[in-house]
Formats: sequence, structure tokens, C-alpha cells
Amino acid sequence: MQPAGMVQPIPAQVIPAQVIRTRGLSKTYPNGQAVFAGVHLDISADQRVALIGSNGAGKSTLLKCLIGLLPSTGGEIMTLGESFSTAPSPAQLRRLRRQIGFVFQNHGLVGRQSVLTNVVQGKLGLPGSWRAFHHAIARREWREEAMQALAEVRLAERAGARADQLSGGQAQRVAIARALIRRPKLMIADEPAASLDPAVGREIMTIFSDLAREHGITLVYTTHDMKHALDYSDRVIALRAGQVHFDLPTAQVRARDMDEVFTHGAFADEGAPDIPAAQGANAGGLLHA
Amino acid sequence: MRSASVHSASMRSAGLPPRLPSISPVSFTLLVVFGAVFLASVGQVAPAPEKLAAGAPRMAELVGRMLPPNTDPGFLQRMGWRIVETLQIALVGTVFGVILSLPVGWLAARGISPLGVFRQLPRALVSLFRTVPDLVWALLFVSTLGLGAVAGTMTIVVDTIGFCGRFFAEAMEEADMKPQEALHAIGANRVTVLCGAILPDVMPTLINSSLFALEKAVRSSVVLGLVGAGGIGQELKVAFDLFQYRNASAIILAIFAIVLVMELLTDRLRAKFQ
Repeated sequence: MQPAGMVQPIPAQVIPAQVIRTRGLSKTYPNGQAVFAGVHLDISADQRVALIGSNGAGKSTLLKCLIGLLPSTGGEIMTLGESFSTAPSPAQLRRLRRQIGFVFQNHGLVGRQSVLTNVVQGKLGLPGSWRAFHHAIARREWREEAMQALAEVRLAERAGARADQLSGGQAQRVAIARALIRRPKLMIADEPAASLDPAVGREIMTIFSDLAREHGITLVYTTHDMKHALDYSDRVIALRAGQVHFDLPTAQVRARDMDEVFTHGAFADEGAPDIPAAQGANAGGLLHA
Repeated sequence: MRSASVHSASMRSAGLPPRLPSISPVSFTLLVVFGAVFLASVGQVAPAPEKLAAGAPRMAELVGRMLPPNTDPGFLQRMGWRIVETLQIALVGTVFGVILSLPVGWLAARGISPLGVFRQLPRALVSLFRTVPDLVWALLFVSTLGLGAVAGTMTIVVDTIGFCGRFFAEAMEEADMKPQEALHAIGANRVTVLCGAILPDVMPTLINSSLFALEKAVRSSVVLGLVGAGGIGQELKVAFDLFQYRNASAIILAIFAIVLVMELLTDRLRAKFQ
């Protein structure tokens, strides 16, 4: 574990194909409330990164700042080669969006449209994409790509169904397919399994993790589920009290580290000091609950 | 016993709540003014009983002259073509009006309009179209475009924009924001968000409002002819002007049938699209 404020940034020159890099990033709301401050992050290509923290820790805000959807109030950001402080220029934002796939906690599907149309809509925002608002008028290759993406999330047979007829897990799989069709370099997922039951949540996280690895996509997801953080990532970044509490390869995360982020010491009282969190979770099942 | 007396004393000190809520001096004044205006108006414009009694025999005589309705084949054929023209005015006017209402509603919708604060301009236009009565619009179009069905169609277009523009804007404002946010996040522009997320979400409301507009247009189009804007109303005016009361009763029955059929039809369509 690294205590707050003692994060050792990885030197840029040793990071292959850096996707996200921040230096001294901070965000304060207009009412003066600080969300986070002094955040240094280095995320390289093909990593699967879990961003964890309790509710209100600033995970989602940090995620949005990293990709320019929210302006930061201090520090420097470099995402997918676009460097900016506070907010990207409109041209930078356009370039960023073209390379990023988004999945939200609430899938954000258009309920009265077909599954296929929802996936094709993933092409919107790309050059010459105005026809992508409905599959009936979309380019043939986009419809084929959408079917391929649906096949990858095992939902090709529901392509013609209306999105509001899907279960929560199926809708989230469609949202993943919609993000995949953009062929993103970076996939951003904000609590993708938070509104799902545990079994479906694991299924969604497995699909996410497998597809990211298979397509060589850098995956950054927020979660407050310890098991999701440990089982589907290569690296865990924990936010606590507006600081990066620790930033470690998943295998090195200790149960005590997780406990400090989520349960404020309860786990430590049960005498599980420094065993790796994943091992402890698998052995005792405490983190799987 | 002691407890009961304590309760009773407590009730006396609190007092019973009034049967009616208290009224403020301003509300009381407004109520009195409204009552005075109403009573003065009744004296000036409401029908006196003796006047109604005197008119009853004349009404009975008129109804007698209207019966039986004219069923002459030549007249029925002419009336049939006028009915077709009436429905054409209603249909074409409504379809053009609905199509134009979509961009107008979008431009006027709060939180969605690309015009920002200037969205008040299309809102004001829609209010103008809605508040001026259709017969006044018909008079304007007859003056500018001449007598006939074209003036009637233009009247229905304007009337439909006034009706649908407002409802479309309100429906778009209430559309689910999550799909819109998802599409905005990936860089979709306003028009594709409108077509891809907003319109599909509010489609049942749009269809419902459009069917109400069609029903309203049919009712309007039958009277537009009274000011020379085409349709069956024109035939009705001629019948009254020439004292052809049997023709008039046949036309009134036809109008009743058209409106009834249209209401039944739109009710069924609305139920289908719910």
C-alpha cells in the first residue's frame, strides 16, 4: 500500500504507448467543494484499470475529466495524445471522442429503437456518420459491423428486438456492443455493473474484460464492488478523500488496502492483515459477498 | 375523569378549526370583481326568457322547412365532391402542419433547442398561430390568396403549427435524457440526437397530437367555407343565403357524419399507437 500523497508516478519514458497521463490534476466545484487534488496517473495501452472508491469519492468525475467531458480546475491531462489543461479544445474533443467508447451505469439505450439501431448509433460522431441514427438508412458495412459486435456480446439473435424489451444485463451488453462498434482505443465504463444483480454483473464484467483483452483496448472502469475491481483488472487505482490512496498492479493489492478504501477498518479488525486481496477474497469469500 | 377535563380545556384553548379556509383580502376583492362583471354581462348578453320563448316557434318553423333533407342525386353528388374537398383541405393542411411543427417544436423546446434564449422567438410564433382564431386566418388567406381551397389549406397549416408546435416542444422537453446524454458523449450532433434519440422516444405523443390535430382540422375545415376558404362550409353558406333549407339540413347531417367518423377513426388509431 502507498499512503495518500505518496504515489510514485511512473516516468513517462518507460511507459509503452501511454494512453492517459495526468500531472497534478484537480477538480473543485463552483461552490468551492474539492473533489480531488494533485492526481498523477499514467495508464499505458492495453491495461485494464479499475478505478475504485466509496460513493462520492470522485471516481466518475475523474473519469469525465480524463476524457474532456468535464473541465478540471488544475493540472495537466494527456489522453490519447491530446494534451490539455482544464478542458480540451473542440477539435481535441472531437478527436478524443472518435477514439473512445463509453458505457454508462444506465446503459442509455433508446428504448423504442431496435437493438441493431442502438448499436449502429455507436457510429454517430464519427466522420460522415449522420446516417447512423437508424440502421435502416445506415451504410451496409456499419450494419454488418453492428451484427458482428452483437455476436461478440452474444446477442445477435435479439438484433430486431426493441431495446426496452431487454433485461438489464442484455441492455448493458448492447451498450458494450455500441461502444465496440466505434473500434475504440480506450473504453471508459462508469459503474457498468452497478445496477445489475451479482451474477449478471459478473457476466458483464467478464465480457468487458475479455473483449478489451481480445481487441487490445485500454479499459478504464469505475466500480465500488471489490470483486469486480480485483477480478477483471490488471491494475487498481483507489481514490479516497480526494487523493489517490493507492495505485497498484492488481496482484499486489492487499486486503487491508481495499478495506481502508471501502470499509474503514472493519476487515482489518478480523485479522486479515497483508494477504493479497484477490487471494484473500477467493479463500474467504469475504470480498465476494 | 381528570384527564378528560384536561383534554376538554385543551380543546377550548386550541379552538375548532374554521369550516372554510380563510380568504385573503386580495382574493376576496378579485372574487367580488369577478361576480360583478359576470352579473353585468348576464344583463347585457344572456338571452331573456321571453326572447327565447318568442324564438321557439321560429326555430320549429325553420326545422320544419329543413325536413326532409334534400336527397336529390345531383345535389348529393355536388355535396360529395365538396366533402372530398373538405377532407383534402384537412389532410393536406394537417400533414404539412405536422411536418413544419417538428422543427418549430425542436427550436422552441427548452434544454434541446439550438437557439438558446432565442427559442422564445419560435415559441412566440407558435403562440401567435394558436391564439388567432382559424376563421381570422381564413379571412387573411382569402384576402391574400383568393377564394377557394388553397386559402383553407393554408389556414389549417397555420392552425396545426399553433397546436402541434406547442405539444411537440413540450413532449421533446420531457424526452428521456439518458440516451441523449449517451449520444452527445460520443460526439453526435444535435440533429442526429433529435432523430436518433428524441423523436423515437416521444413518437407516441407526436402521433397522438397529430391525430388530435387531424380531428380538429376536419372540424375547422367544414366551417372555413363560410368565409370563402373552400370545402363543404361554402355549400352550407350558399344554402342558407338562398333559403335552401332542405339542402342545409342535408349538409349539416353530412358534417355530423364526417366529424363522427373522423373521431371514431382517430380514437382507434390513438389506441393503436399508445
